[in-house]
Amino acid sequence: METWNLLEYAAWGVSALLGLYMVIDWLKVDSTYSEEVLTSSREGELEALTEEHKG
Amino acid sequence: MADIDITSQTMDGMGPHGTKVGLLRVLGPAHVWALGVGIVLVGEYMGWNFAVGKGGAYAALIACWVAGILYTCVAMIDSEVTSTVAAAGGQYTQAKHIVGPLMAFNVGLYLVFAYTMLEAANAITAGYLFSVVATMTGYEGTLDQRPFIILVIMFLAWLNYRGVLATLTFNLVITAIAFVAILVLFLSTSGIVGDGIMQHAALFEGHELPYGWIGVLAAMHFGLWYYLGIEGTTQAAEEVRSPARALPFGTLAGIMTLLIAATLTWYICSGVLPWEYLGDGVNGAVAPLFSTAQLAGSTGLVWLLGFGTLFATLASANGCINDASRAWFAMGRDKYLPGWFGAVHPRYRTPYRSIIFLVPIALIFALGAPLDQVITFSILSGLLEYTFMPLNIILFRKKWPMGSIKRGYEHPFHPLPAIALLAICATTFFAVFLGYGTQLVAMIGFYIVVSLWFHFWRYRFVNRGAQFTMPWPKPQGY
Repeated sequence: METWNLLEYAAWGVSALLGLYMVIDWLKVDSTYSEEVLTSSREGELEALTEEHKG
Repeated sequence: MADIDITSQTMDGMGPHGTKVGLLRVLGPAHVWALGVGIVLVGEYMGWNFAVGKGGAYAALIACWVAGILYTCVAMIDSEVTSTVAAAGGQYTQAKHIVGPLMAFNVGLYLVFAYTMLEAANAITAGYLFSVVATMTGYEGTLDQRPFIILVIMFLAWLNYRGVLATLTFNLVITAIAFVAILVLFLSTSGIVGDGIMQHAALFEGHELPYGWIGVLAAMHFGLWYYLGIEGTTQAAEEVRSPARALPFGTLAGIMTLLIAATLTWYICSGVLPWEYLGDGVNGAVAPLFSTAQLAGSTGLVWLLGFGTLFATLASANGCINDASRAWFAMGRDKYLPGWFGAVHPRYRTPYRSIIFLVPIALIFALGAPLDQVITFSILSGLLEYTFMPLNIILFRKKWPMGSIKRGYEHPFHPLPAIALLAICATTFFAVFLGYGTQLVAMIGFYIVVSLWFHFWRYRFVNRGAQFTMPWPKPQGY
């Protein structure tokens, strides 16, 4: 079997592992934290505050 | 307000509106530069040369500079508006604040489609590059490109999932290498260092404008390719430490870098490759900078430009994942889409659900759709977005005149850039219509249908009051 055939299998395997990592972490986070916390992000005060905290 | 520190590492993203987990403010101007240039630079490595096929080398240069004016206008307008509307979602959030919900919904979709399609196109290209490397290293079979296409998408999605700082630092490194590779190729082939191999006069003679001025017009479609995506810098707005400084600086430095890279690319390639070969991006010069390096006769240059091509492709896909997920996340957060997408990972501080949701969509397009159709859909969505920008800045200046609101950057000569941008967009729409009329009509039909769906159904779920949380004065006239 040539190197490139092995690389093909390696690419399939690493892709599957990365996908699995994301899905497992996603499910873990969703079951650990409440929906209210996870979706609490709001666009906020930005520049004005950044400027204030320069001083 | 003084007790809220949005630059805090421990309380990051926590504002007065109940944010418990927000995006992380860790980026600087260099990351903004890397995001914008990273998305675009692949267009210098491949794609722009179709403009040569449409109208010859000079037509490609005219398209390069006219599109350069278009994108300079885009960069200036974006820098002003986004240094004020500094929130994830970029142009979607601008439209929400300045124009209205229906425009915002459309712009959000333009962004997600433009970036996801571009990501898919980049993954297809990366798969092709792996097969070229396999052939170059003596592999005699036919390489299955699919695992490499999937690996590119999965790896970059994973990187984006794990955090924005690592993602855009990675982009900074590989984009810088890809840009330096173009500079090195220019120095090596133009005669500045060693013997030059440029043959502009001989190659252009008798082929100045092979299809006349209509060819120049047709070349405009692919002229966009030199810069398509620089407006993506705005998606980093909620994750930069200082939006008012980092966004204008990173975006304007980005467009200057691209103007240099685009002009050098044209000069290098058109001085070495005959226009018929250069203009055929399918059977001729697929990656013209790489082809030029091969003709330069230096193994070092071939490897450098080979890595440059691969890095530019990866940087583009990486930036696209970042931008598409931020736009999707911002729309979810405002309930323009299901609010479920508006979640932020409590540890990595990334819009993790949006990143994961867009992975299978990118995979479907990367594995199941032809490259030219994917690219065309991306360009057309981008063009619709650029058409929105002049209207956006004119309304912005009218509703919040100078002095009424703090701006991180004020672009000069208003409304000339807006008018120039509108005129060039109209010209480019005509140029696209010449080559891809059916796709253009189909796509506009698609956006009309989804607009109707939004107006008659989805809008009832939108957070109408809660979506506006910036401390802005009331617009003039309201």
